[in-house]
Amino acid sequence: MSLIEAKAVTKNYRMGDVDIPALKSVDFSISEGAFAAFVGPSGSGKSTLLNLIGCLDHPTSGELRVHDTDVSKLSRAESAAFRGEHLGFIFQDFNLVPVLTAYENVEYPLLMVQGWPAEKRRERVTAMLEAVGMKEQMHKRPDQMSGGQKQRVAVARALVGSPKLVLADEPTANLDHDTAYLILNLMKKMRDELGTTFVFSTHDPKIMQEAEITFTLEDGKLAAQGAQS
Amino acid sequence: MISILKLSARNLMRYRRRTLLTAMLISFGVIALLIFVAGAGSFKNVMIGGITDSMLGHLQIHKKGYTSAIENLPLNQNLQAGATAKIETVLKEEPAIAAYSKRIKLGAMFSNFTENTSIRLNGIDPVTEDATVPALRGRISEGKKDGLLVEPGHILIPTLLARGMKVKVGDGIVLVATNATGSVNGKNFVVSGILDPVTGPGGRDGYIHEADARDLLRMEKPELMEIAIRLKNIDQLAEVNERLSAKLEQIKNKEDKPVTELHTWKDLSPFANIVKMIDMMTLFIRIMLVSIVLVSVLNVMLMAVYERIREIGTLAAIGTPPGKIMGMFMGEGLLLGLVGAAAGIVVSLGLVALLNASPISFAFGREVITLRPVLTGVEIGWVLLASVVVSALASLQPAWRAARMDPIVALRHV
Repeated sequence: MSLIEAKAVTKNYRMGDVDIPALKSVDFSISEGAFAAFVGPSGSGKSTLLNLIGCLDHPTSGELRVHDTDVSKLSRAESAAFRGEHLGFIFQDFNLVPVLTAYENVEYPLLMVQGWPAEKRRERVTAMLEAVGMKEQMHKRPDQMSGGQKQRVAVARALVGSPKLVLADEPTANLDHDTAYLILNLMKKMRDELGTTFVFSTHDPKIMQEAEITFTLEDGKLAAQGAQS
Repeated sequence: MISILKLSARNLMRYRRRTLLTAMLISFGVIALLIFVAGAGSFKNVMIGGITDSMLGHLQIHKKGYTSAIENLPLNQNLQAGATAKIETVLKEEPAIAAYSKRIKLGAMFSNFTENTSIRLNGIDPVTEDATVPALRGRISEGKKDGLLVEPGHILIPTLLARGMKVKVGDGIVLVATNATGSVNGKNFVVSGILDPVTGPGGRDGYIHEADARDLLRMEKPELMEIAIRLKNIDQLAEVNERLSAKLEQIKNKEDKPVTELHTWKDLSPFANIVKMIDMMTLFIRIMLVSIVLVSVLNVMLMAVYERIREIGTLAAIGTPPGKIMGMFMGEGLLLGLVGAAAGIVVSLGLVALLNASPISFAFGREVITLRPVLTGVEIGWVLLASVVVSALASLQPAWRAARMDPIVALRHV
C-alpha cells in the first residue's frame, strides 16, 4: 500500500519575471514502512521534493498524496495540523530548540502540537530517549551535546508523536562517517520497531547505499529508481 | 498556556543582558511615573485639603451674581431669610452633605488704636463652621485652639496682619464697617487667635462671630452672603454639584429667575488650575511610560524574531500551529513588560515608604508643604495593566510576523 504517491508533480520557483523549474513532472510512489532515499547532486530537487511531501510547500502542478491526503490542496493551517499529526522531521543541522533540554525537545511535539496529558507524555518521551540511547543525557541542553547526540534527540523528537512518515533532509551531512552510520542504523531500527516510513535525502554515495529504495534525481527529473539488496 | 509562557520565559533568559536592560528601562519608566504620581498626588491632596478643609468647603452657595463681585465683598447681594430657609431644606435632604456653614462676609477697617488697615472678615457660627471646615482650627498658630472657634467679642486674625499691625493674642482692636445703607459702625474686639495663611481667596481673612458681624453691619434681618458646604466624600463632588444645582435652580425670585448660584471649590480657587497642570503633567508622563514600554518591547521582540528565524521554521515544520508560535513571542513581550513593571512597582513602593519615613517639606508661597506620598491600588493596577497591555501590543507585530513566516524560507535562513 502506497503511503506517498506523486503524479506529474512539478514545482517552479519564480525569480523576478522568470520561472525556475525545480521539479519537472515527477512520478513515484513509496509504500508504508519503506526506508527510501532521494539521491542526487545539489540542486537536483531532493530538498524541494521533501518539502512538498512534508507539506511545507505546494507543487505548481500535479497531484501529491500522502497518507491518502492530497497535500497540494491543504491550507497553511491544515498543513501545520497534518505535519503535526502524521509527519516527523529530521534536519541536517539538527534544529533542536536551544533553550530546551533533550527531554524537553522530545516532549515538545507532544506538548505543543499534539497536546498529550502529562503522565502519558512522560512515559513516551522517556521510552523514546531510551530507544535512541539518550536517556542518560536527557537533562542536557543542545550546547552540551555532540552532533551525534543532537541528531539522536532529533530522531526521537521526529518519532515521539508516532508519525506515519519521517522526512530527513540530509540527516548525516553534518556528522562524521561513523556517527552518520550510527544515525542511519538507528533510523532503520526505529523503522523496524515502529513501522514508521523513513524518507531521506542525501548526496553521499556511501550513505545512499543504506537506503532500501533510492530515487535518483537529476535537474528536477526522476532519472532512476532502484531497490538495494 | 503555561507551557507557552514557560518557553517564553526560557527564551527571555537566553539573552539575559538584553532582557535585564529592557526590563530595567521599563522599571525606570514605572518608577518615574509612580513617584511623580504619588508626590504630585500628595501635593494636590495637601493643597486641596488645605483649601477646602480650612477655608472654602467643597461647595459654596451665593446669591446670583455675588461671586462676580466677590473681591469687593458687596453687601447688597445677600441671601434673604426666605431663600436661605429654602436652601437649607434642599441641603438637609441631600444625604452626601456632612455639614454646611452660613457666612456673613464683609470688609472692615482694622485699628490697633495707633494704625489702621483693611481686613476681610467672615462672620460665622463657630459650631457649623468648625464642622464644615474642620482644618480651620488647625490654622490657629497662636491663641486658644480648643472650645468655640471664635466667641462673641473675639476675632481670629491672619498672621500677616498681626505682624504688620504688631498685634498679639489678647490685644484689643477696633473694627469699623460701613453697612449696606452707608452708615458706619464700630465695635471693640479681643484677638483670640492668629491664623496661618493658606493659598487662595479667603486664605488671609479674619473670623468673627456671626452675631458680631450682624451687629457691626446693623443687619436687622438674618441675611447672609455665603453658604459653605462640606461633603462626606469629596469624590462625590461632581454628582452632588449636579444634584444640588438642579434643586437650587428651582428656588426662584419674583421675576421667576433662580436666586442662587452654586460653585465647587474648583470654580473658586486658582489652585484648580495648578491641579489641572499637575494632571496634564501626569498624563504626559503616562504617555512617556507607554512609549518607553512600547519602543523597548517592540525593539527586543523584533530582534528576537530576527535572531530565531530558523528556530521559528523548525517549530512550524514540526507542526506547531501559527497561533502558538504567535503566543510564544507575545508571551515574551508580555513577561518582559510584566517583570519590568512589577520590579518598578516594588522599587516605587520602597521609595514611597522611604519618603514617608523621612518626609520632604518645602515652602509653597507662605505655606510649608510636607509631602506624604501614597500609592493607591488603582494607580498600581493601572501601571501594571498598561505595561502588560502595551507590551502585548508591542509584541503583536513581531509575533504575527513570526507566526506568518514561511517555514521553508525560515529553515533556509542563515
